[in-house]
Amino acid sequence: MTPLQLSHFTTASCLGHGLAATLAALRAQQSGLTPCAFETVTDLHTYIGEVAGLDPTALPVRLADYECRNNRLAWLGLQQDGFSDAVGAAVARYGRRRVGVLLGTSTSGILETEQAFRHRDPASGALPDDFHYRTTHNTYSVADFVRTAFKLEGPAVVVSTACSSSAKVFASAARMIAAGVIDAAIVGGVDSLCLTTLYGFNSLELLSPGPCRPYDVDRNGLSIGEAAAFILLERPADSLDADAVLLLGAGESSDAHHMSSPHPEGLGARMAMAAALKAAGLQPADIDYINLHGTATPSNDAAEGRAVAAVFGNTVPCSSTKGATGHTLGAAGGVEAVISALALQHGFLPGGVNTRCVDPDIPVQYLTANREAAPRRVLSNSFGFGGTNCSLILGRAA
Amino acid sequence: MSQDVKLAAYLDGIGLVGPGLDNWLAARPILAGAVPYESRPLAVAAPQSLPPAERRRTGVAIKVALAVGQEACANGQLDARQLAAVFSSSGADNDNCDAICKVLASDDRSISPTRFHNSVHNAPAGYWGIASGAMTPATVLCAHDGSFGAGLLEAMTQVAIDRCGTLLIAYDMPYPEPLHAKRPLPAAFGIALALMPERSAHSLARIELSLVDAESAALAEPELEALRRAIPAARGLPLLQAIACGAGGRVVLDYLAPLSLAVEIELCR
Repeated sequence: MTPLQLSHFTTASCLGHGLAATLAALRAQQSGLTPCAFETVTDLHTYIGEVAGLDPTALPVRLADYECRNNRLAWLGLQQDGFSDAVGAAVARYGRRRVGVLLGTSTSGILETEQAFRHRDPASGALPDDFHYRTTHNTYSVADFVRTAFKLEGPAVVVSTACSSSAKVFASAARMIAAGVIDAAIVGGVDSLCLTTLYGFNSLELLSPGPCRPYDVDRNGLSIGEAAAFILLERPADSLDADAVLLLGAGESSDAHHMSSPHPEGLGARMAMAAALKAAGLQPADIDYINLHGTATPSNDAAEGRAVAAVFGNTVPCSSTKGATGHTLGAAGGVEAVISALALQHGFLPGGVNTRCVDPDIPVQYLTANREAAPRRVLSNSFGFGGTNCSLILGRAA
Repeated sequence: MSQDVKLAAYLDGIGLVGPGLDNWLAARPILAGAVPYESRPLAVAAPQSLPPAERRRTGVAIKVALAVGQEACANGQLDARQLAAVFSSSGADNDNCDAICKVLASDDRSISPTRFHNSVHNAPAGYWGIASGAMTPATVLCAHDGSFGAGLLEAMTQVAIDRCGTLLIAYDMPYPEPLHAKRPLPAAFGIALALMPERSAHSLARIELSLVDAESAALAEPELEALRRAIPAARGLPLLQAIACGAGGRVVLDYLAPLSLAVEIELCR
């Protein structure tokens, strides 16, 4: 594929609001995970990655119908790191119809519906009058919100493939730009805490009672997080700074195996990584760091580790940053693309936190401490329920 | 804007399920106006190609999505394992969503693992992979009422750029109350289109897509038009009607205001 530039980007997660806070937390190997006390959820013994300061965030009056935790998180993200100004400049450059919006989410604003069901009319069972389905619960809500916020008139869509959602948006946006349908895209993802995911993962016995420990021999499940990540993707500028970050390749595949368990040999994951390398015209030896999906469930990490070892051997340093951010589900691909971009720009490989003893049965070079390095190309994995896989390759301009 | 950008593909197979529209072959004379449309509740079974455990776990949304996908592949004599897939729905498994919300609002919030894994918007894509064995890329989209248009645009873009056959599966199903009052979708409905980069012996038409400012096409039959307006997946019906009529020409489909999708249809047979 023709490389595209991540010309502006930002993220908000439990590590902090914006790039500076995220970078500082990664540099310090901090984790943002805390014991779960979200909303009314007091009966689950697990840790979560909650974004601070979301509750009082208010949307502008003209966007009031979009009011929900997911869109408040999106709004917070859009205000960071000059992202809104960058979008404004792109709209001025290309036009309202030439800037697409392709965002990932898994649960959108369903928390509004979960709460509305508690307030059903005792006689009729009706939901409250002030519940707005289209602008909150509907899966498209966050892309509609962003399109409306920037007064855009071009293509927009939500990709909702569980935990690969906001990685796959890069592939879709790249195709749309290549086809000439748009000139630039706002990509990324927004997913926020809700009862469906907390009690859902609990039902599958996949929640860790402590902060999650990816690739640890004693890993025992994931920690749910929430995050927003936004990236402005466009054709590279004529002259690029050396530390400009490019999307070099994307690879997608399906496991065709099971709804909630990965292919045991990681076959689909292997195909996605190989497809990303092929799209980028690169060999495994060209990759300097892998940001793993690494959810810290026993089966995910074992299957992914086998797949990584099959493609790369054990020579490429890799880690999961979910010990720091938690698993931000539909936002994970976007968050981890931003973390990968920070690693490329700032010359370090983020060590995975919380992992005490790397599983000796997973034959990969797992980093538990930050490493100063000068990575030129990184691969980021995102896999999800339903056997959906996506790998992205990002690289420095020089 | 991008009026000059046109995305082309060959339409090799069609699948259709809706109330009074049992499948594409049965619906063809109805859409052509040769047989009167009669609405009746839709009945669709889970495919035999799913293992029994998975078959038991499928709701209406998954059954509709898989049925139209399989019909499109069969009609185009295509191997699903060779096709990328684009699923698009405004809501996915809405019965399942209702069941989860009710449990979460109760005193015992223990939802079932099957309920949870069926709650993801890409559940039909997961079951599709298990049923067909396709390890090819599958993406899963939502654009509320513009979901059919968004799916068609993505599928046509994949054909144009990746040069691979792509199966579009657009489907919807109703919510039970109380969500039905907030989002009134009257019936389950699905359309699948097998879109190919090259012409084959099975090609029905060459279609060319562009983004336009234009009013979308309405259907003359009032009940079908009501379905088209009420169900996002049914917004593709004018394209199917043009094929059914053997008419070719141009239809305009709903997308996201102010944009619509113009589809130029050139029949192959």
